Amino acid sequence: MRFGVVVFPGSNCDHDAWYALTHNLGHSAEFIWHDSGALPAVDAVILPGGFSYGDYLRCGAIAKFSPVMKAVKLFAAGGGLVLGICNGFQVLVESGMLPGALLRNRDLKFVCRPVGVRVESIHTPFTGSARAGQILTLPVAHGDGCYFADSETLASLKNDDRVVLRYVDNPNGSLDGIAGICNEGRNVMGMMPHPERAADMLLGCTDGLVILESMVQTFGVQTFGVQSVAGAPPLSR
Amino acid sequence: MSELTASELDKVRAILKREPNETEVGIFTVMWSEHCSYKSSRIHLRKLPTKSDRVLVGPGENAGIIDIGDNYAIAFKIESHNHPSFIEPFQGAATGVGGILRDIFTMGARPIAVMDAIRFGPLDDPEHGARNRRILEGVVGGISHYGNCFGVPTIGGETAFESCYNGNPLVNVFALGVFKHDEIFFGRATGIGNPVIYVGAKTGRDGIHGASMASSEFSEDSMAKRPNVQVGDPFMEKLLLEACIEAMHTGAVVGIQDMGAAGLTCSTCEMGSRAETGIDFDLSLVPQRETGMQPFEIMLSESQERMLLVAEKGREDEVFAVFKKWGLDAVTIGTVTGDGILRVKDHGVVVAEIPNRELADEAPLYDRPHNVAPYRAAPMEAPAFASKDLNSDMLALVASGDLCSKRWIWQQYDYTVRTNTLAGPGGDAAIVRIKDTDTSIAMSVDGNGRYCSLSPREGAKLLVAECCRNLSTVGALPVAATNNLNFGNPERPEIMAQLVEAIEGISEACKFFDTPITGGNVSLYNETLGDAIWPTPVMGIVGTLKTARPITMPFKNEGRPILLLGGLGNCDATRFGGTQYAKVVLNNMWGLPPALDMDYEKRVQSAIREIVNSGHAESAHDVGDGGLAVALAESCSGGMGAKISLASDLQPELALFHEGPSRVVLSTANPDAVIEIARRHNVECLNIGVTMKSRLRIDNRSDAWIDQSIVKLAEVWENALPERLAPVHA
Repeated sequence: MRFGVVVFPGSNCDHDAWYALTHNLGHSAEFIWHDSGALPAVDAVILPGGFSYGDYLRCGAIAKFSPVMKAVKLFAAGGGLVLGICNGFQVLVESGMLPGALLRNRDLKFVCRPVGVRVESIHTPFTGSARAGQILTLPVAHGDGCYFADSETLASLKNDDRVVLRYVDNPNGSLDGIAGICNEGRNVMGMMPHPERAADMLLGCTDGLVILESMVQTFGVQTFGVQSVAGAPPLSR
Repeated sequence: MSELTASELDKVRAILKREPNETEVGIFTVMWSEHCSYKSSRIHLRKLPTKSDRVLVGPGENAGIIDIGDNYAIAFKIESHNHPSFIEPFQGAATGVGGILRDIFTMGARPIAVMDAIRFGPLDDPEHGARNRRILEGVVGGISHYGNCFGVPTIGGETAFESCYNGNPLVNVFALGVFKHDEIFFGRATGIGNPVIYVGAKTGRDGIHGASMASSEFSEDSMAKRPNVQVGDPFMEKLLLEACIEAMHTGAVVGIQDMGAAGLTCSTCEMGSRAETGIDFDLSLVPQRETGMQPFEIMLSESQERMLLVAEKGREDEVFAVFKKWGLDAVTIGTVTGDGILRVKDHGVVVAEIPNRELADEAPLYDRPHNVAPYRAAPMEAPAFASKDLNSDMLALVASGDLCSKRWIWQQYDYTVRTNTLAGPGGDAAIVRIKDTDTSIAMSVDGNGRYCSLSPREGAKLLVAECCRNLSTVGALPVAATNNLNFGNPERPEIMAQLVEAIEGISEACKFFDTPITGGNVSLYNETLGDAIWPTPVMGIVGTLKTARPITMPFKNEGRPILLLGGLGNCDATRFGGTQYAKVVLNNMWGLPPALDMDYEKRVQSAIREIVNSGHAESAHDVGDGGLAVALAESCSGGMGAKISLASDLQPELALFHEGPSRVVLSTANPDAVIEIARRHNVECLNIGVTMKSRLRIDNRSDAWIDQSIVKLAEVWENALPERLAPVHA
């Protein structure tokens, strides 16, 4: 499977995503520069974490105007898989590809720690390999991860089974404990926790591979997990 | 503001063979400031060991570099931003991070780890508590802001509190980067006729005379110096990093140096001096964000996120293309010349003309008087003391500022970005793996102003030993060091004596432990209204180990034997006066720091490395501040307790809380194998108990000394810092 990892000026988890996809998951991945008007031939797009364009004004607010986002929107409209992680989630929300907003954390401070995340829906290409209700341990690292939406939006998210991930112990004050949601077409997901940082047994946890592996299985592609330095298995399950 | 003395001015006249103009005086003033020239410390810094088989680049460049095998190398250094962080905590600390990161990537290395050693006045100080809390919040916020956005993990450090830092907090930032041997760059302006290119942020009036500010004491009007503090933009720095590394890979870059202290002045003259060339450039070509800037303002500005590079003539466009891609300014402002002169023009008119080498290398060198005893206020003699309740003493210690959990701080730092963090904050040493190799790098940053105020020499040796022990406890071999020397006014002989003693102590220990100093920073004049901080050298030591899941501090499994490698140690009342127990429980300080036998320490470190690397330890934690009892309490922080039976003849306070070095607590499933390794290294190893659920119980023979619920211990330990900071939000 071919992944494309978008690089905005200020992206800083781009390389982490690339490394997890290529070295831990065993698939191919290439970087896509922010001023690209068209995407290369990829099967899925990752919008990585970081501080795109310095996150001035609001997180993700400038990135939505970048040429590559027009291409990403087209890709998504055609059913392509798009996963926004952390800043990538913020970009998806600002771009209108996902509803709601990500506000400053409840206690106004950046928070970095592993959190428990419950898989609320397995009916997405990003969670198809998970068990319903499975608790994944994933790191969060953000200052603006407090998900918010109006009550109508929240109701429709719930009715449509689009709340994909919820925090077990809410680290940022997110509405209804929301950690990740998908769009109506279920091919675009945004999540604040970092699956790419939990993809290597050397780092203590491989639960993030559940998300990445689900994308691969959606594609029906056989995975050949590359052994990492410590010989970690490609999957934690 | 420090200014040139009469004799320094005479020296300037002798170099120029004429009267200097205003711009030239400004240039000499910053280059010959304490901060840039190390004029009070240089003569003593020469005593430090700087060489080993692994050292590729020692002191004198922007950062030291050591070989780690597989054609890889690491660059690392520690630097202070004390003065700015007091005046404007958030930006002061943020730009401290920014500055040290540039020092690393200007060498060509990609930064992969940051650690911070930060010191404040007590948060509950009756007079200064509110300000101290505000400074801590600001400093932590600034480090978090800059490092997180830049995308470098902040993986550890230390936080300490003493009244001597009330008017003078210390912010020391350590950074480490990785690269291949053929990717190393130097700050050298070689190749006559090559273009000198300015890249990065535009120049403004911020930070003018920052280097001089950092070279004088604080007085009542220090807050008027807030405009001297620069404002950082980590996003700009991230772009600068990527652009610089990409530009270096084009092969068109000949030399590169960041603009840090003393900005354009320092970068031009140091690059020329190192290459024995001159630089001829025009200020009117420098990208500026303000109008009407005078030549000396452009020369002395410390605007952040700027670099100076020299490219190969004719290949400028390759460099420009990279910076254009990243949306950054890159402008040729001058050329490298063969006459050794720093020639500064403004619209073609020469405004300064100074020989580079004399400016950079012939700064005044002072052998300041130090022929007195180092200053100390504490008495030598120990008072009589007896504990009322060892259990409540224990709780008081784990709740104390220095010993409590610093989670509130490090949780604000992104410590997992770049997916290399094998061991993050909160352990003995932090570890990052080097991708594409089997090697990981462990690092430890440590200071102890308390020990050093009792004896700068012994305190300094203890620091080096402690850092090396921290590394050894995670299985790493200590290989090289950087140091940050934070002291008061060197013009006072009793302060200068502290500095000299500390440097000699570091030198002796670094030679002994084979950890040469590859660079560092000296921060003097840490005084407010005549009150100096305690002598506070801070060491940053790095070690190498084979990449693997790390052995961590907490006990893990029930029923495992607990061993004390190194033994109970010994301590008399005099050597107890610098302990946390003396500070927290007795509110007192006296005597001398703990006694260190370096030879024994080295054997203990060899033994623990072998134990850890042969897989025999399930947990390991070195005994440090707070002594054995606190080390045991910390080992219980993972939810597994311990039942300990000691056989000590010391008085209970000493046995439990003395801080004698050369000791490690570990739990193991193979006690016989561990004891055998210890025996081979000729090191004592006591079986002192067994892990058990829910409680930490310490008995000495038939006496019950400590019996505490580990849930309670953890609660007190974790909540202490947030509770002390709570008034900030009240």
